[in-house]
Amino acid sequence: MSHTMSEKILRKSSKNYDAEAGDIVMANIDVAMTHDLTGPLSVQSFEKIGTKKVWDNSKIVIPFDHQVPADSIDSANNHIIMRKFVKEQEIENFYDVNAGVCHQILPEMGHVVPGEVIVGTDSHTCTHGALGAFATGIGSTDMAMVFSEGQLWFKIPETNRFNITGKLKENVYAKDVILNIIGQMGADGSTYKSCEFAGDTVSNMNISDRMVLSNMAIEMGGKTGLIEPDQKTIDYVEKRSNKSYEIFKTDLDAPSLELIDIDVSNLEPQIACPHNVDNVKPVSEVDIEIDQVFLGSCTNGRIDDLRDAAKILKGNKIAKGTRMLVIPASREVYEKALDENLIKIFVEAGALVSAPCCGPCLGGHTGLIGPGEVSLSTSNRNFKGRQGSPEGEVYLSSAAVAAASAITGRISLPQS
Amino acid sequence: MKGKAWKFGNDIDTDIIIPGRYLIYTDEKTLAEHCMEGLDPEFNKKVKKGDFIVGGTNFGCGSSREHAPIALKGAGIVAVIAESFARIFYRNATNLGLPLLEAPGISEVISNGEEIKVDLEKGIISSESGKEYEFKKLPPFMLEILENGGLIEYLKNKRG
Ligand code: SF4
Repeated sequence: MSHTMSEKILRKSSKNYDAEAGDIVMANIDVAMTHDLTGPLSVQSFEKIGTKKVWDNSKIVIPFDHQVPADSIDSANNHIIMRKFVKEQEIENFYDVNAGVCHQILPEMGHVVPGEVIVGTDSHTCTHGALGAFATGIGSTDMAMVFSEGQLWFKIPETNRFNITGKLKENVYAKDVILNIIGQMGADGSTYKSCEFAGDTVSNMNISDRMVLSNMAIEMGGKTGLIEPDQKTIDYVEKRSNKSYEIFKTDLDAPSLELIDIDVSNLEPQIACPHNVDNVKPVSEVDIEIDQVFLGSCTNGRIDDLRDAAKILKGNKIAKGTRMLVIPASREVYEKALDENLIKIFVEAGALVSAPCCGPCLGGHTGLIGPGEVSLSTSNRNFKGRQGSPEGEVYLSSAAVAAASAITGRISLPQS
Repeated sequence: MKGKAWKFGNDIDTDIIIPGRYLIYTDEKTLAEHCMEGLDPEFNKKVKKGDFIVGGTNFGCGSSREHAPIALKGAGIVAVIAESFARIFYRNATNLGLPLLEAPGISEVISNGEEIKVDLEKGIISSESGKEYEFKKLPPFMLEILENGGLIEYLKNKRG
């Protein structure tokens, strides 16, 4: 019978070759990620179970990214708990405060290869589906079970496969594509489902753009955001990892598959308006004054995004009354940005450039907004209170729209 | 289970249930103090032990933070009833022993502030005004996790 990628990967990892979408299977986990913010709860729960040693210290990855460097005694304490755990359990893959955002580090450091089952105590773990791995976010108690047993139960999801076709117009990016899809589907339009992104638009995208699509699958309720591996995936993975991998593709006649056609050839730059990610409009219809611009996060803090923004900011100044924060998603991105002189462009334009971390994305660490303030952000969530005050407002866009808007102090299209 | 119903709308996300700036805390009491703060800063003062939340569609969407069900439990909520739930929140709440009842159409049956009764085994929600709602009963393994007070206790008890 025909099957989807999700079915094939979960059948293999559970060694249950009769299972179909809707069945519950116990899957073996290949990579388990937890970070400084959700890690302490995972460790506490693991200790409560009473298992002495984690199931496999080479398969656990722990990056610090949400509150780095520590911004309070409480977060410093959380870091201490996690460093102690890393030491006691001899966790092989630990990235301290100087590495970057978890979802950027995992693929960059070669922890993600096609065909694996990856879980993380972070909802945007779905990002790694861009490399053809079944990757999904879980809670801390689930993670305690994974630490202890190396397994977790899953209901095999049905699939929404987005067949995206057409050549993107100038100044239109992967972010605009995914915002448009979420706007059409709604915040719960793919709940419990595996989202797949396919079609010639996706084949033409580089890995970094594909990660933007997969990253935001959760914003329409998706369990994961899968993309079939191709030569670009193989080149990316082989450069960074020496793990063996297996490539799975979806049979288009699989019964658990729903095909959704999306034509992006006439798509304009998109923006998500407060306070929901599915409240999406064309940028041309929104004219609002902004207080803060944030360029960064696991959605759009990669070198490609910094390049797009720098191209627009070069020789320009950020508007009076507006502030801009640039936070590269990882150390590697930061180093590249230094080599390519992008950091200089940002600083000369008047932006603040910080060390790799999540920054204001979750409103827990740095660059928070106050009551009545408006933030334009390249991240993935604009919920009420997400970036600070619940009386603040967050808009979401591509890096290009963010840069153009920083110059005018209002939400603006890149060419205007 | 018997208590007051606190009604909320659609897409109640985890940033509303517990804002990101409080995630440095992990204890029930502190998290409960800030529960639902963005929508109702007084929520924690008004809610009583044994109360329910009645939500719309996609309740608990957003992040994987377990702080969200912990905050609700800490505030005294004994079950969340909603039109539908977001996936990760569903797992987390069950794992922590907080029952979630999927009940399409429930918003029309129950009014805000009303006393309601919930029978998990029979799958029935009944209201002060005499209305009854039958929900899809939870599968036995989930009931067992809930009866044990969550996944950890369940695993511990299973091992003896
Ligand atoms: S950048 Fe934002 S969305 Fe990504 S992991 Fe950090 S807090 Fe989460």
